[in-house]
Amino acid sequence: MNSNNTPSSSAGGPGSAAADSTAPPTTRNSKRPKYSRFTQQELPACKPILTPKWVISAFMLVTVIFIPIGVASLFASHDVVEIIDRYETDCIPEDSRKDKIAYIQSSGDKTCNRILNVTKHMKHPIYVYYQLDNYYQNHRRYVKSRSDQQLRDRDSENDTSACKPEDKTANGSTIVPCGLIAWSLFNDSYSFSRNNQNLSVNKHGISWKSDRDHKFGKDVFPKNFQSGGLIGGKHLNESIPLSEQEDLIVWMRTAALPTFRKLYGKIEVDLVAGDVINVTLQNNYNTYSFNGKKKLVLSTTSWLGGKNDFLGIAYLTVGGLCFFLAMVFTIIYLVKPRRLGDPSYLSWNRNPGGH
Amino acid sequence: MTAAKRKKQSFSRISNISRQESFEHSLIGGPGFSRLVFCNDPGRPEAVPLNYASNYVRTTKYTAVTFLPRALFEQFRRVANMFFLFTAILSFTPLSPTSPLSTVVPFAFVVGITMVKELVEDLRRKKQDIEVNNRLVKVYSSHGSFQYVKWMDLRVGDVVKVEKDEFFPADLVLLSSSYEDPICYVETTNLDGETNLKLKQALQATSYLNEDSAFKDFRGIIRCEDPNANLYSFVGNLDVAGQRYPLTLNQLLLRDSKLKNTDYIYGVVIFTGHDTKVVQNSVTPPSKRSKIEKQTDKLVYLLFAVLVLMSFTGSLVFGIATREDLQHGRMKRWYLRPDETTIYYNPKRAPIAATLQFFTALLLYSYLIPISLYVSVEIVKVLQSFLINKDLHMYYEEGDKPAHARTSNLNEELGQVDTILSDKTGTLTCNSMDFVKCSIAGTSYGYGVTEVERALARKKTSSLAQEKSDEDFHEFYMETNPLVKGFNFKDERITNGRWVNEPYSDVILKFFRLLAICHTAIPDVNEENGTVTYEAESPDEAAFVVAAREVGFEFCERSQASISINELDPLTGKKVKRIFELLKVIEFSSSRKRMSVIIRDEEGNLLLLCKGADSIMFQRLASNGREFEEHTRLHINEYANAGLRTMVLAYRQLEEVEYQRFNEEFTKAKNMIIADQEKIAEAVAETIEKDLILLGATAVEDKLQIGVPECIDKLARAGIKIWVLTGDKMETAINIGFACSLLRQGMKHIIINSETAEFDALEKSLNESAASEALKANIFHQIEKANDLLASSNESLSLIIDGKALTYALDIDVKDFFLELAISCSTVICCRSTPKQKALVTRLVKLKTRKTTLAIGDGANDVGMLQEADIGVGISGFEGMQAVMSSDIAIGQFRYMERLLLVHGHWCYRRISLMICYFFYKNIAFGFTLFFYQAYASFSGQTVYNEWCLSLYNVLFTSLPAIALGVFDQDIPARLCLKFPVLYQQGVQNVLFSWFRIIGWASNAIFSSICIFLICILGLEDQAFRRGGEVVGLEILGATMYTCVVWVVNCQMALSINYFTYIQHLFIWGGIALWYIFLLAFGAMDPSISTTAFMVFIEACAPSPSFWLILPLVLFVALLPYFTYTAIQMHFFPMSHQMIQLMYAQSDDTEFV
Repeated sequence: MNSNNTPSSSAGGPGSAAADSTAPPTTRNSKRPKYSRFTQQELPACKPILTPKWVISAFMLVTVIFIPIGVASLFASHDVVEIIDRYETDCIPEDSRKDKIAYIQSSGDKTCNRILNVTKHMKHPIYVYYQLDNYYQNHRRYVKSRSDQQLRDRDSENDTSACKPEDKTANGSTIVPCGLIAWSLFNDSYSFSRNNQNLSVNKHGISWKSDRDHKFGKDVFPKNFQSGGLIGGKHLNESIPLSEQEDLIVWMRTAALPTFRKLYGKIEVDLVAGDVINVTLQNNYNTYSFNGKKKLVLSTTSWLGGKNDFLGIAYLTVGGLCFFLAMVFTIIYLVKPRRLGDPSYLSWNRNPGGH
Repeated sequence: MTAAKRKKQSFSRISNISRQESFEHSLIGGPGFSRLVFCNDPGRPEAVPLNYASNYVRTTKYTAVTFLPRALFEQFRRVANMFFLFTAILSFTPLSPTSPLSTVVPFAFVVGITMVKELVEDLRRKKQDIEVNNRLVKVYSSHGSFQYVKWMDLRVGDVVKVEKDEFFPADLVLLSSSYEDPICYVETTNLDGETNLKLKQALQATSYLNEDSAFKDFRGIIRCEDPNANLYSFVGNLDVAGQRYPLTLNQLLLRDSKLKNTDYIYGVVIFTGHDTKVVQNSVTPPSKRSKIEKQTDKLVYLLFAVLVLMSFTGSLVFGIATREDLQHGRMKRWYLRPDETTIYYNPKRAPIAATLQFFTALLLYSYLIPISLYVSVEIVKVLQSFLINKDLHMYYEEGDKPAHARTSNLNEELGQVDTILSDKTGTLTCNSMDFVKCSIAGTSYGYGVTEVERALARKKTSSLAQEKSDEDFHEFYMETNPLVKGFNFKDERITNGRWVNEPYSDVILKFFRLLAICHTAIPDVNEENGTVTYEAESPDEAAFVVAAREVGFEFCERSQASISINELDPLTGKKVKRIFELLKVIEFSSSRKRMSVIIRDEEGNLLLLCKGADSIMFQRLASNGREFEEHTRLHINEYANAGLRTMVLAYRQLEEVEYQRFNEEFTKAKNMIIADQEKIAEAVAETIEKDLILLGATAVEDKLQIGVPECIDKLARAGIKIWVLTGDKMETAINIGFACSLLRQGMKHIIINSETAEFDALEKSLNESAASEALKANIFHQIEKANDLLASSNESLSLIIDGKALTYALDIDVKDFFLELAISCSTVICCRSTPKQKALVTRLVKLKTRKTTLAIGDGANDVGMLQEADIGVGISGFEGMQAVMSSDIAIGQFRYMERLLLVHGHWCYRRISLMICYFFYKNIAFGFTLFFYQAYASFSGQTVYNEWCLSLYNVLFTSLPAIALGVFDQDIPARLCLKFPVLYQQGVQNVLFSWFRIIGWASNAIFSSICIFLICILGLEDQAFRRGGEVVGLEILGATMYTCVVWVVNCQMALSINYFTYIQHLFIWGGIALWYIFLLAFGAMDPSISTTAFMVFIEACAPSPSFWLILPLVLFVALLPYFTYTAIQMHFFPMSHQMIQLMYAQSDDTEFV
């Protein structure tokens, strides 16, 4: 369109009309949107596309990273020496095994001796765990049955609303610590000896520091604990504040799964292969009602923790799988390459307009 | 101002209002007609108890008082929100697995956001309200003076003075105006979209009140109907000075209309505020919901079902386990104290415990339902419409009109349009008519080349175009812009007064005189230079009057009783002013398709001048008036082929007696108060509009809008079917069809026509019902034939059908056949269709195809169509705002459809569907980990995650990337969307939101949750998880799993989007970072607040290599299937957008910038 053809408005001479028409409509009231890369959706962007190169590289990258990790984890897991002794049946005298529950509920001496053979050198610290099974510490009723306020603060002693039925004794005095968790505190005990020499078990520092410092009060002492009709588990020394009752603190960190281990203590000396360790244990805890197993576990740790091959194997599997996929895709791309940038590929769609 | 004062005209003589009171007036005072207005005395004691509404008009949805309850009510009409309300209430009972606060806070947040959105929208309306209500108007105060008063303070009975170009502040009864004869002109664009001016006339009895001081002693009482919504009726009477006068619509000035061409008027307020007709009339347009939204609802219901199933299973297992806890007095899980327990865990009443547990589970797994989905989708859509509004490529420079998405809930529907139903005039064309040609007395005048001719020629010559000399070519195709708007007529035989030398100069004279007289336009004389411009009802009419003016018949003045023309006297060659007495105007209607005026010329001859559509007019010619019929018909066909709109002009001399008789009957018919009053009046008019003498025909061009052919071509290539519904003649429509490439060479055309000789014969020979039966049979036959053709050919088809045939084709029994045919055609043109038919066709297409239809139009006659269609697009053109007001999206020009659909539509569809899929993915993935964990917690309802993590999942860590996806993702850039229109079919076929795809996402989600759960519990099992020998507790497992979930869902997002701007990076990686920050910050809080999250990260997780090693494993395993699937799909069966991505992936990007 040439400029002298622009329609002139009826008002004004031709000269002024031409001058007017070149000027854009005054911008002050214009609704013209302002330009910005944002509003025009033209922001700089990277647009990753799964081209063969990328696919194969990604798989290879995973392979290259995962296999070493897998190997390292597997090694770590294999470095760990673990002794597991399942004792819940063996520690009941033969004649009582018909009615284990009656036995465990009876009073009397339930001492039991176990012998553990050390097959491999175990470097200290050696962690002593007890492992329970089929024990739902993660049951909602159980998890909720505690009073954090009461545990950390002496003044909140009566804050026991969540603790029923283990909140008060029959005569109405408050139980500290209240609730089902504390009440059911594990009460088997182990003592170890090697060559008739006592192996001391260090029970300090087995709980989380944050628990000791912040969740269990230094001035909160057990009170009326396990004094009711039904005794759940271990008694607590009423002269030791809760923050130092590490068994309780460990126990109060509820386990996530129905099979769990909890730290019992640490043996601070090395055990040598061939050592025979005598364990004298008090088999007090009732897992018989719900057919739960009890195990005593001695284990060293690696940088990765305890013995568990899963991570290593999983890493190796995934790494291997990715390698396999990388190979498959390489073959696919070689055997049946797709010529990129060929517009004819768009013809998959029968032209809808029909022309 | 004084110059504009016109000479006194006496209208009363021809006034239609007869003194006798009509039937309706007798109702006044009775029920429904009880309004009482004390004119100029609103403070009168009797007026006070009437307690009429104030003039404050509120368009806001809420007031300060009603906002909370109403907005809340609106919120809870959504099933999902109702469910969350239910869970929120339940969370205050001990049933809740989490603390009530953590359930209520995110819910309140989500509801709060939606309500804030409502509030912001409403405040915007409020601002507008305040502006309107505070406008000032002059109101009579006392002692003969007028003072400014705010609109909202007006009272019923106030006398107001409204000046030129002001809006009326309320419904007024006109008392007097600046004209001595109390008339005024009113523009009602805001009410009905019509741009022509309407004439209102006050009673003679009040016409003396034409100055401020006259109101000193003015008192009167108006009794009238109660407020109602009918814009076209008004009944009342006025008692003044002991006399009673009837009031009709003629005296009523409606709020929101505008005073034009009149310096000032005085009026008395009768309806205020919400009583005014326009406010009573405002109905909320039907709310439309997109298909995806409806499908999403179904999806939510499905998830509800899954949720209930999961809860039921869980509670069943829980019930069994609980019952076994205490058997024969022996406790199994004694540590739970089943002997002394609450109702929730009571083994003795296990069924009750299980039932209660069901509700707990419902609460727990409610994370399956994406709480923030609806609000996120809403936010996204608002932002999307913001981007549509801001698109510079859809800004119409000339009209200063950016695109405007009036409703935001149809964005994604724009990407799924299957059929476009388009109006023609003003939509495809500019709706600025140019007078191009005419045929007078059998001779065709006018040399102009129309755009259609050009387009056709271009099509024909395109193959050999290169051979033609460029100059020649250029000249032919060059755009010629008319110097005068509306007039592009070039013929030296006619212009500059040379027409007098033509053989039939008397016919030419009559012809142009008719053009100058037979119309309803109103002249606007510029006092400075004497030029006249016209306000006409339609651009056609304006073109006629302008043409007459340019030839030398300048219509310069209209009064109620006369029309004055400055015309060239053929004898003297001078301009003389002729005044024609205007006796009657029989107006145009779409059913009559013609208009007539009856005049008395200066010699005293009575003349009936008539112009109308050829189909009607040729029937009505007298036997002696057909002298030029043959040639004229020929020319009309030629014009139609050139894409012009034609009109036939004819006249007739009337006898005095004949006129008198007609006048009587017509007036009687007009004054009848029965339902078919119009029909009767039409029948009467018909008796006089006959035996006409043909003068000739006019042809006006309606230019195609810029870019229409290209746009239509693109849309067609995108597989969108286009229907054009037009009132034009078939030939015109077909040619326009070719010009805008709706119809193409090599397309098979099926024409179903009712205007053939065969039909005419049928119609004449038989009586009405038999004829219509026969016609129907015939149409049916034609459709059947066409269906056969359809089956046999594989070419693309176009269907052209005219209005009458359409009426028959849409009859119940033929309908399905016809629609089947029509749907399989890529183009359908319906000519000569009425607005009602347009809406009907739209509805039928929508119902029949069950696909998305989009209607586009610009005029008030398209409103029905726009509201009926799934999406209504209004063109903000010249024909008022009516179409825009009832549309969902308004654009400036048709050509922006291309970008609106192919770019924005496609993007929005893709974004929303992907976003919704992703929402379900992330919630299913999360929800199922909770469920799996329950299997290890004896379905007791214990959550593995910290309750705050749980509730912030949707709100904090995962929503923002999804919103970014919904607003910014682009599979391919706009340029390529336009280059490859086939891509659009993704939306039409709904491939991105098919059930297959949704189930795919759901499976992926379940797989992800299995990965997360299994790897975490197997990796962190019972052994020590770090060197210090510590074992994993509930909170550590929870934190680890949660970390995995956050990573997996965010990385899944990263994997599924195609477009990373800094925003995506920020939100995705920010979301993950935020989780760690949250973990640190929350963990640092006092244990009484953070409970299980206390120092869990800093003390337990962070120093543990296991924690860090689990993560990549989970991440890669969870994403592996999706990644592999995508890679395979990309290679073997890529979707169209992936193909385009691949095509451009290799080439250097800069090449295309």
